[in-house]
Amino acid sequence: MSDKPRKFKGGVHPADSKALSASKPVQTAPLLGKYTVIVHQNIGASPEIVVKKGDVVKKGQLIAKAAGFVSVPLHAPTSGTVTAIEKCPGPACVSVPAIEITADGQDDWGLPFEPITDWQNTDPAVLKQRVLDAGIVGMGGAGFPSHVKLSPTKPVDTLILNGAECEPYLTADHRLMLEQTEDVLLGAAILARILGLKTAVIGVEENKPDAISKLNGVAGKYNVTVQELRVNYPQGAEKQLIYALTGREVPIGGLPMDVGCVVQNVASAVAVVEAVIKGQPSIERITTVTGEPLVNPGNWRFRIGTPVSKALELAGGVKYQPAKLLLGGPMMGFAQNSLDVTVMKNTSGILLIPAGQVSQYTSEPCIRCGRCVECCPMDILPATISQAVENERFDWAEQLNVTACIECGSCSYSCPSHRPLNQHFKRAKAEILAAKRKQQKK
Amino acid sequence: MTIILTAVLFATLLGALLALVIGVTAKAFEVETDARVETVTGMLPGVNCGGCGYAGCADFAKAIVEGRTIPSQCPVSTAVNITRIAEYLGITAGEKEKTIAVIRCGGSCAVTVRSPYNGVGDCRSAALVAGGAKGCDFGCIGFASCARACPFDAIEMRDGLAVVHPELCTGCGKCVDTCPKNLIILTPAAVDVHVYCSSPEKGAIKLKVCKTACIACRKCVKAADSETQMTVNGFLVTANYSNPPLPDLVEKAKCPTTALRLASQHAAGAYEGVSK
Repeated sequence: MSDKPRKFKGGVHPADSKALSASKPVQTAPLLGKYTVIVHQNIGASPEIVVKKGDVVKKGQLIAKAAGFVSVPLHAPTSGTVTAIEKCPGPACVSVPAIEITADGQDDWGLPFEPITDWQNTDPAVLKQRVLDAGIVGMGGAGFPSHVKLSPTKPVDTLILNGAECEPYLTADHRLMLEQTEDVLLGAAILARILGLKTAVIGVEENKPDAISKLNGVAGKYNVTVQELRVNYPQGAEKQLIYALTGREVPIGGLPMDVGCVVQNVASAVAVVEAVIKGQPSIERITTVTGEPLVNPGNWRFRIGTPVSKALELAGGVKYQPAKLLLGGPMMGFAQNSLDVTVMKNTSGILLIPAGQVSQYTSEPCIRCGRCVECCPMDILPATISQAVENERFDWAEQLNVTACIECGSCSYSCPSHRPLNQHFKRAKAEILAAKRKQQKK
Repeated sequence: MTIILTAVLFATLLGALLALVIGVTAKAFEVETDARVETVTGMLPGVNCGGCGYAGCADFAKAIVEGRTIPSQCPVSTAVNITRIAEYLGITAGEKEKTIAVIRCGGSCAVTVRSPYNGVGDCRSAALVAGGAKGCDFGCIGFASCARACPFDAIEMRDGLAVVHPELCTGCGKCVDTCPKNLIILTPAAVDVHVYCSSPEKGAIKLKVCKTACIACRKCVKAADSETQMTVNGFLVTANYSNPPLPDLVEKAKCPTTALRLASQHAAGAYEGVSK
């Protein structure tokens, strides 16, 4: 692989604002009295709850089991009692079922799994089963079950670790690569063994030089190549990362395995190490709590089920009233209307935005400047598709391959007419899916 | 001079020849149409709402003439018009119960909690990004997707809530599919009592976000003439449309949250500012 930093076609360059928290070491959040664990944290089927109100649980005990192949189990973040199973505010501003666990303060591990220290000589199928049992999902933001990605039905020759972290403000993966360098690389090696590969490549944006040099220092030991990437949003999107690193284009409607690749987030790789070597399920993650209004932005290791209000308290509270709260980064994060929403396995950031940066725009007519077409990393025509959607011509939008849209928001970001392009595409994708389902029923 | 004469003569001859060709082909390839279809189309309202299940008024007229449907399937036409069509064709008009749309939510901006939303002004788009920016997960989003779909201007947006005017609603059902929260149902036009709430949540949770939610206190169930007139389904009471309650139930039940309303009074704005 060449030494020149690589990139994909298109993309945008939002101000990265990572300096707020990039130099802050990861701190472990103190044990709370109560955790509210949202049941459906993954893409795919919601897990089935296996505990009931009043049950005593140990830390790491199974509280919901996987319901189907594209689903993952869920484990208790601490030891204590299940005090309620009811609805709580979810990440999409709609109430979702959650399990409330009141901590007993002991924080006793039930140790559900036997540690596998000799992973080099362990059957890959056993390792893969451990990834599933530990409930590991894509921790970059999507929350796609990792074991599904590790079960390709086509031959795979490249394992890619995603350390791009292209979303502005977020520094969780940066800190992880810096502080747990060996774990990241060990995770890559274990993942490679599961896939039957010898090597792996890790892609990191060049705005994290300290992480890159630290990774380079030990990468050889684990047969991992470190590849610098140009700073360009959405560099961390799976298909864009594959293109930048291998030059292969994932076909429309296809998956990375169609071009022989599997992509895993660096945090997921560390979760795999914890599951395999230490026998611990996925119950905590590193999350960046940041934004200009915060007194003390930084990176924390939170248990899943930690309320956002507690996370903000740890960050010292706010200097002034923020205008918007997002889960995730500013480009793809979800706006929240409640502080009671809790940290999930895919919550990479908790972000407060000041009033000056939240603009209230109205959508103006398209002036055909073509900026959205230039920046679209998927090479579709946002301007034309948005017009099709405004006229409710979803058939036309489908012909224009709206289903290839990865909802990165680059088009909305670059549009001088402030057209809500991304939202139009979400609608089109939902309508096309609904129409397909209707047809299948007939 | 001769040039002009030649030109005129040539043009006249060419015109005559083409007229002959057109005349002959028109006779030879004539498509027989039933003249009655056009007449019946003229008797229909011509709004092409699709409430009859056909592609438009002309398609529906063709179906009537061919005996595939009956005139009363048109939800818009008045009884007089339907009888006229039936008499013209010498068939029976048939009978179809008139229906009107009911939007089962009373949560206007004044009684619910809302968060700011700056995006596409369409309910189906808003429902995808933040569940509709309203405190209640099940209530009216208020971006008028149903009102825009209504060919009869029967839905009014009042303080962020879609309200059906029963006297304008024809029951064509065009609005039903536009609601991402499935709030709109077609009910018999003769029934005036409805529960303006669709949330299956517990009463206390509903009251936190909406002052006019049905809290399933069952006052209306007890006050009804017969117990089967109101149906209790979990934490939500609905009118039983196959055995409907009488309009005086609203007066008798004294619904504490005014979720139980008369459609006509609801449209007139009688319940605004009443909910505590």
